[in-house]
Amino acid sequence: MLRLPKFSVLHPSSVAEAMQQMEDSQGQGRFLAGGTDLHPNMKHRLLEPKQLIALAGIEELHGISFADDGSCRIGAMTSLHEVATHPRLQSSYPALCQAAGLVSGPQLRHMGTLGGNVMLDTRCQWYNQSYFWRQALGFCMKKDGSKCHVVEGGSKCVAAASNDTAPALMTLQAELEWAQANGQSRMPIANLWQADGIWNKKVAPKELLVAIHLPAPSAHHFGAYGKLRDRGSIDFPLFGLAVTLDCNTDKTILSAGLCAVALQARPWPLKKAEALLVGTRLGDESFLAAVEQVAALASKQCRPMPNIPGDHEYRQAMVPVYTRHTLFAAAENRGPVHLL
Amino acid sequence: MRVFHLQVNGDTVEVAAPEHWTLLEVLRYKLGLTGSKQGCDKGDCGACTVLLDGTPTLACLCLAASAEGKAITTIEGLLPAHRAQGGKGADPLQDAFDRSGALQCGFCQPGMILSAKALLNQNPNPSLQEIRQALAGNLCRCTGYTQIFEAIQAAAKEMQN
Repeated sequence: MLRLPKFSVLHPSSVAEAMQQMEDSQGQGRFLAGGTDLHPNMKHRLLEPKQLIALAGIEELHGISFADDGSCRIGAMTSLHEVATHPRLQSSYPALCQAAGLVSGPQLRHMGTLGGNVMLDTRCQWYNQSYFWRQALGFCMKKDGSKCHVVEGGSKCVAAASNDTAPALMTLQAELEWAQANGQSRMPIANLWQADGIWNKKVAPKELLVAIHLPAPSAHHFGAYGKLRDRGSIDFPLFGLAVTLDCNTDKTILSAGLCAVALQARPWPLKKAEALLVGTRLGDESFLAAVEQVAALASKQCRPMPNIPGDHEYRQAMVPVYTRHTLFAAAENRGPVHLL
Repeated sequence: MRVFHLQVNGDTVEVAAPEHWTLLEVLRYKLGLTGSKQGCDKGDCGACTVLLDGTPTLACLCLAASAEGKAITTIEGLLPAHRAQGGKGADPLQDAFDRSGALQCGFCQPGMILSAKALLNQNPNPSLQEIRQALAGNLCRCTGYTQIFEAIQAAAKEMQN
């Protein structure tokens, strides 16, 4: 039995009210979205906020809407199930919907939210354990200790970004809308991350993610998400890769996006690999040759560490395999890539 | 402690419990509804699955405070609801699980049945693949799933007749 630590719960009905409650909590508060990451971490005594501020009742945080120019706003509290199954989102942003549809299992996709997945805490097999387990080992620098069990002598936490939707949002060049104590702001999601597994975001937990904004997709947009995990459901990624391809009418690639996850503290864009795809034409030999080059390059750039469960040498061997499959899935308008 | 106002299996109940308790703890330790199982207690196994407004939800990761104002259905609620609609015998899903031998230890069964209930309410004639996907958040360590899927197919057929 895993018990939650004691806390009280507030139920604001507006963003302004939630921000005031966070301010009043004097550093003891935490926003509660779906609770599917926060509650297990609290049960493991990784976090012990005294005040939870439940966001479910705030109308403006919910829903999917499209502007006349085709751009999209997704409220941060929109469930992963809604994102995964929304027909227009599926056709406009396939990589995002496929990624959302592969998060955990059906119950947690109904409970978990897109904003919560963006804000997911980093994960490590030495961190996501009970207090008893961590105490027996001697703790780690992310919580209660000072050393790293993954990298001996390491000075920086390498707990892995494990949010499936983050790489998809990176390739789609999403912008994040925040509520802060002194107003609102927007930032490209690429600017959110920092290479520190203890807290891999440049915004503080007291700032509230309000919405995710996606630019209108191009007329010939393709995308897919590939996810490696031990079982066909429930598990966090052992390796994840989002691919987007924007083409002209004859399917020549004008721009490409590739971003990996479940490696180190932040999602990992593969910029050099993207450049190899530009100018090739989907389905012809130039594309096939580029896919092989990209798979080889991804294998060099993506170095899984023994930070999350799963043999890291196996994960390394799967990098080119999932890269190839995900690129072909995107080009052929199918996916997700999920080999189990 | 605070008083929660919950709608459980069609009844409105007022129950006092610590504010930080999960819905699962309130169901099991305050209301005596022990059909919802406490398995992993951290969202991995699906044994605690209940329906909130018809949506399968893990009661171990849902605060009781978050369940207020929603219709909560636990395994104990299926038979009364079936009878209230004029049905005879057990709920078709419970009956099919029994007839198909879709259990061994039985620990996962309430969660499996409620995930299946949510599926059949949305999709009365699911394919085997759709059944597998709907139950992908429920682990069984005994039967190997085959009879569970057969039971849901049998229940779907029965309910259509």
